[in-house]
Amino acid sequence: MSTLLWLALPYIALTSFLVGHLWRYRHDQFGWTTRSSQMHESRLLRLGSPLFHFGLLAVIGGHVLGLLVPKSWTEFVGITEGMYHLVSVTAGTLAGTATVAGVAILLYRRFTVSAVRKATTRGDKVMYAFLAAAIVTGMFNTVGENLIGGGYDYRSSVSVWFRGLFTFSAQPELMTGTPLSFQVHNVTVLVLLGIWPYTRLVHVFSAPLGYLVRPYVVYRSRDPQRPDANRYARAWGDQHE
Amino acid sequence: MRVMAQLAMVMNLDKCIGCHTCSVTCKQAWTNRGGVEYAWFNNVETRPGQGYPRQYQDQEKWKGGWELNKRGKLTLRTGSRLKRLLNIFANPDMPTVADYYEPWTYDYQNLLSAPPSDTTPTAKPKSSITGEDTKVTWGANWDDDLGGGPAQIGKDPLLGKLSEQVKLEFEQTFMFYLPRICEHCLNPSCAASCPSGAIYKRAEDGIVLVDQDKCRGWRQCVTGCPYKKIYFNHKTGKAEKCTFCYPRVEVGIPTVCSETCVGRLRYIGVLLYDADKVAEAASVKDDKDLYPAQLDVFLNPHDPRVVAEAERAGISGEWIEAAQNSPVYRLIVDYQLALPLHPEYRTMPMVWYVPPLSPVVDVLSETGHDGESVGNLFGAIDALRIPVEYLAELFTAGDVGPVRASLQRLAAMRAHMRKVNLGEELDDSIAESVRLAPGEIESMYRLLAIAKYEDRYVIPGGAGSEAHKLEALTTGCSLDGDGGPGMTAFDVMAEKFQLTDTNGAAPTDKTKRINLLDWDGVRTDGLFPGNGSSGNGATGNGAAGTAHEPEAIA
Repeated sequence: MSTLLWLALPYIALTSFLVGHLWRYRHDQFGWTTRSSQMHESRLLRLGSPLFHFGLLAVIGGHVLGLLVPKSWTEFVGITEGMYHLVSVTAGTLAGTATVAGVAILLYRRFTVSAVRKATTRGDKVMYAFLAAAIVTGMFNTVGENLIGGGYDYRSSVSVWFRGLFTFSAQPELMTGTPLSFQVHNVTVLVLLGIWPYTRLVHVFSAPLGYLVRPYVVYRSRDPQRPDANRYARAWGDQHE
Repeated sequence: MRVMAQLAMVMNLDKCIGCHTCSVTCKQAWTNRGGVEYAWFNNVETRPGQGYPRQYQDQEKWKGGWELNKRGKLTLRTGSRLKRLLNIFANPDMPTVADYYEPWTYDYQNLLSAPPSDTTPTAKPKSSITGEDTKVTWGANWDDDLGGGPAQIGKDPLLGKLSEQVKLEFEQTFMFYLPRICEHCLNPSCAASCPSGAIYKRAEDGIVLVDQDKCRGWRQCVTGCPYKKIYFNHKTGKAEKCTFCYPRVEVGIPTVCSETCVGRLRYIGVLLYDADKVAEAASVKDDKDLYPAQLDVFLNPHDPRVVAEAERAGISGEWIEAAQNSPVYRLIVDYQLALPLHPEYRTMPMVWYVPPLSPVVDVLSETGHDGESVGNLFGAIDALRIPVEYLAELFTAGDVGPVRASLQRLAAMRAHMRKVNLGEELDDSIAESVRLAPGEIESMYRLLAIAKYEDRYVIPGGAGSEAHKLEALTTGCSLDGDGGPGMTAFDVMAEKFQLTDTNGAAPTDKTKRINLLDWDGVRTDGLFPGNGSSGNGATGNGAAGTAHEPEAIA
């Protein structure tokens, strides 16, 4: 069981994540979009969306620090476990609260605003379920385990296991002793990563940072080649194939 | 000097009767799909009026276009690039569907399927977006012909800029129609605000397009465009806009809106301009200098130095010749009749307008004056401050000079041509008073009043020289069509153009519907529901070219 969850699942999920993105980027440029619903409703979105997105960016930053930077490195530069814990719990709680509040507003909006509800696809619903579960369990880990529950040193177990995945020396047994809430969080996030490339979450990888440096107006020449007649047929009409 | 070519349009507002044919045929060709139900790439609005979307000209609110920052540098009114990116998760200045209007249809089925009852069954309005019952409270031309009265018309953002006395009188004095498409600007703020770089200006003809593969749905362009001519497709999550019917103009035939214009008021032609001067012209300090600055950007296609530079820049002889014969150049530069729409947005728009003299003539006639006497007209243009000042807000950032000059030339043309037609003794002072020679007035009259298809549309392209023969197709005998020389342009276009209703863009129950973009003006298949014959929907692979062959019609 632990091999399946902590060795097979991560590799399946990460492979799907990588290959799925490559496949979709090559074959579905037309479907690669945020599919924003701001056309339908703006007031709640302007409240919830920045909270969610900026909160999540901070959360992801925290994960990079906690998972990818080994404990020995931070100790080498003189950061004690106590200091690390204080900073990570404070920042994590703040960022997590913003994210949870944001996603709550956005989900409320999605359910109550008729036009937004109608614009929600089945894929969106599956994605929202795992995204919300990942956020809620993650928030529980930060607040329930680390803030109120006295703290769990995931950097000695979860982080080591996670880094092991990338050096092909993963130790699934490291995960078996971790608190249940951490295990649940890890599984939901792995599934979310697995389905990521087939959802609108792909827009994350289109973060348009190039906008800051490119010229304002883009000129392009007429494409001398005949456009591929089937290219849009695929994107527009799945039901016709 | 860096010469570039641009396809530009001029509309003669004196001739617009507000019939909306351009809007309807454009919609049939381009936005008759889910996700863009609310979108009209071409719309006609009554002025004064709120426009579409409502009050789009209020840039304090919508933040469209460019402005000069404190250092005098051109920046997007909506903010710096960094600010744009920080607002990417929720655009604070974006109109919602409600600002355009909630698109709707009617529950016609109920008329047929309602059980017997004492009352007549009704077809309830249903939202095209949610499918739920809706109240019809606004539309793309809700205030047509000043509908709604002062309560609605008073919300026209331009009226706010006029003096109080002028505002009170406007209703009795004038009204005209303003058809609008994308301006295909020289300095497009939509393209400048696109984070993905998906909106581009075509180097060959200046048409501004959205790359549907590169657009990621950040929707900054909707705010960036001050004319609100970028529409967000809420189904595909991509921005869409007027394409200047590029599949048609590429082969030398005019846009659908021009082709179907009942009043024949649209002109399409090539303008050569100096791309190196655009940024400087868009940055002039005083808003009122923007119109003359843009005129300075245009190059004289008859100047041998310009021709040499154009050839050096790789512009073909056919395009240079088209620029020399351009009706648009004559209206904009030679006669200075046509004026840009809202030059103060600093986007350097390329769809220009001949301001309407008719409201002035109407007032004169209604008050018992001779509406075609040059003295009366000149007096009225000056006395009726309202049209001139309002038109100036629309076309010259409030500078009444160019509007008055344009109207005076139109008035002089009327007076001069009446003398010609009635065989009266010609009065050369009429022409001189507007700094034209009598011969110039007469050729201006020919261009405005009787220009034929090939004079109104001078579009270079593969089959362009044949394009004027197509006009006969829409009104002429079907025997002229097949295999005839006029078919060439359509055949080429049909082969080039890929988007037809077979690719899932049409509602499922209308897959056999015809697409007006490649309609040859002859076939009736697919135009009417339920005739069972094969429209272009039946050709299946999207290439409608085969439909022009005789066997496909039979």
